Amino acid sequence: MPVRDYIRERFFPHLWCPGCGHGIVMNALIRAVESLGLSKNEIVMVSGIGCSARISGYLDFHTLHTIHGRALAFATGVKLGLPGLNILVPMGDGDALAIGGNHFIHAARRNIEITAIIMNNRIYGMTGGQFSPLSGYGTRATTAPYTNIDHAFDVVTLSLAAGATFVARTTTYHVQQMIDFFKKAILHEGFSVVEVLSQCPTYFGRKNKMGSAAEMMAYFRDHTTPIGSKAKKENPDLIERGIFVHKELPEYCREYDKVIERAMGKGK
Amino acid sequence: MKKNVRFVQGNEACVEGALYAGLDFFAGYPITPSTEIAEHLAYRLPQKGGKFIQMEDEIASMCAIVGASLTGHKVMTATSGPGFSLMQEALGYAVMAEIPCVVVDVQRGGPSTGLPTSVSQGDVNQARWGTHGDHAVIAMTASNHQDVFLMTVEAFNLAETYRTPVILLFDEVVGHMRERLVIPEEGEIPLVERLRTSVPEGVDYHPYLPREDGRLPMSDFGGGHRYNVTGLFHDMWGFPSTNPGVVKGLLRHLLDKLNNNTNRIARYKEYFVNDAQVLLISYGASARSALHVVRNRRPRGERVGLLELQTLWPFPVDVVRDLAKAPEVVLVVEMNMGQVLQAVKLAVDDPEKVFLANRFDGSLITPTDIRNILRVIQGKGI
Repeated sequence: MPVRDYIRERFFPHLWCPGCGHGIVMNALIRAVESLGLSKNEIVMVSGIGCSARISGYLDFHTLHTIHGRALAFATGVKLGLPGLNILVPMGDGDALAIGGNHFIHAARRNIEITAIIMNNRIYGMTGGQFSPLSGYGTRATTAPYTNIDHAFDVVTLSLAAGATFVARTTTYHVQQMIDFFKKAILHEGFSVVEVLSQCPTYFGRKNKMGSAAEMMAYFRDHTTPIGSKAKKENPDLIERGIFVHKELPEYCREYDKVIERAMGKGK
Repeated sequence: MKKNVRFVQGNEACVEGALYAGLDFFAGYPITPSTEIAEHLAYRLPQKGGKFIQMEDEIASMCAIVGASLTGHKVMTATSGPGFSLMQEALGYAVMAEIPCVVVDVQRGGPSTGLPTSVSQGDVNQARWGTHGDHAVIAMTASNHQDVFLMTVEAFNLAETYRTPVILLFDEVVGHMRERLVIPEEGEIPLVERLRTSVPEGVDYHPYLPREDGRLPMSDFGGGHRYNVTGLFHDMWGFPSTNPGVVKGLLRHLLDKLNNNTNRIARYKEYFVNDAQVLLISYGASARSALHVVRNRRPRGERVGLLELQTLWPFPVDVVRDLAKAPEVVLVVEMNMGQVLQAVKLAVDDPEKVFLANRFDGSLITPTDIRNILRVIQGKGI
């Protein structure tokens, strides 16, 4: 199916700024879904609030555009309500890990089969450039005019500690890898997290003198490296890309089916 | 036929009513004095193939039931004041996106953590105005377990009829007290099922286009119609819109669909109202004491009557105005600082004859409390 068949043209033009990385993520996501041969009727995309969250409106799935930070909580209801559905939850860094941090770790802990995509541009774009929990120490934002003293989460270690059973990281520069990770995450029977470093040239880039969108993507190319590479040993500051964990553990909805069996066996 | 008689807490009566109505998805978080609802449903729901999930907080609980409702389930959550505060944002989402769901608030003393194990009716206005923005909402209550059961069934029916959240405002006394409950036979109380669209798969379906009768047929997620659901102002396809006409039309629709049906939604009980010189207006646990006063004073020749409200919002203005016309004194009996009192004063023709008998100390208002206040109003002294 051509890419345009996954798009709701009625919704366009989209609201992302020129150079924004989120369109690349959307494109990669469509290609992953297309190559897996999933029916659009089997996919529910649940999103919260922010630039990233608007992706749900643009795509021709069942789409639930909810409230800030709560997408995974809504998604949990959808998934447990109808476990046969594939649930995709695109979130921004603030949406997922500031206001939504609690829902994120608990969804991971339950190991419910939901694919969480964290489009990490290290800034609140929709509201105009405030620092997020992923901006990092020493960055600048409209709410950190004297530089940021908040330390950043590491999405990967946070996800692992919370119990996610598939955790991967890539960037908008590495599109083929992103498609591959999305495919694996969607097929994974458990809670999957894909962090995508995405550029916001309008706010994070401008505030932190990162240059144009292309220069920000070149930064992703030059400052990331495959997991366990020789380059990482030589330069520990490099950010690792790859699949950090991919393991099988009992999935929440399948476990609940067993609860039903036990309850029914017990009778009244 | 042998009746199905149970001796239960009010919270269990709510559970029985919900299951009778077809509840098959519950998400919640433990909080006194509502926890028994979650406990019983954790046990009962999987026995009928339904789903129970304990979420990380009340915010997530409210969100989860909205998500599950979209997959076609009848859904509910239950909480008390502090948790009800946390649910307000997603409750507003359910209002905006028109998602059928039932939210139980077993009231305790507030504000804040307040009185976790004591009774109050302080959330009446929160039920009305807790979530931000202009909106309409349905809130119902009950004073005894048979009515808790019935109002719970009604709540599910109204949620489906109007595609709206319905709030059940119980209180600690009704929730925890034990009394007799006769569970009706199947079919004894009519049930309203989800109205699903007849638009065939592949044909443009408008999730927010009302039929002639005002109802909006739904289509379950996972089915043949893919549409957008959002908390933003939206058009008939569910797509966000800032068009002033669309915005005005949607807000008008959200208010009108309930407010124009206030009399249809109104549930209430009348006791000796026809010749009443003193009309008590009460609801929930307070109405038990008010009814005691009526039954106690009538044999003594005092013309006291009771209007027991079971629908609090939209406020049954016509019912209250009509019944308050003849009596010389209208006495609102409640356990807060006068939340329904204000609504009654707005509804009646002469608000100066409306008085308040209340308690707000965590104790159940007693018949003696009501009687004493009535004597003061009547200039009889205590």
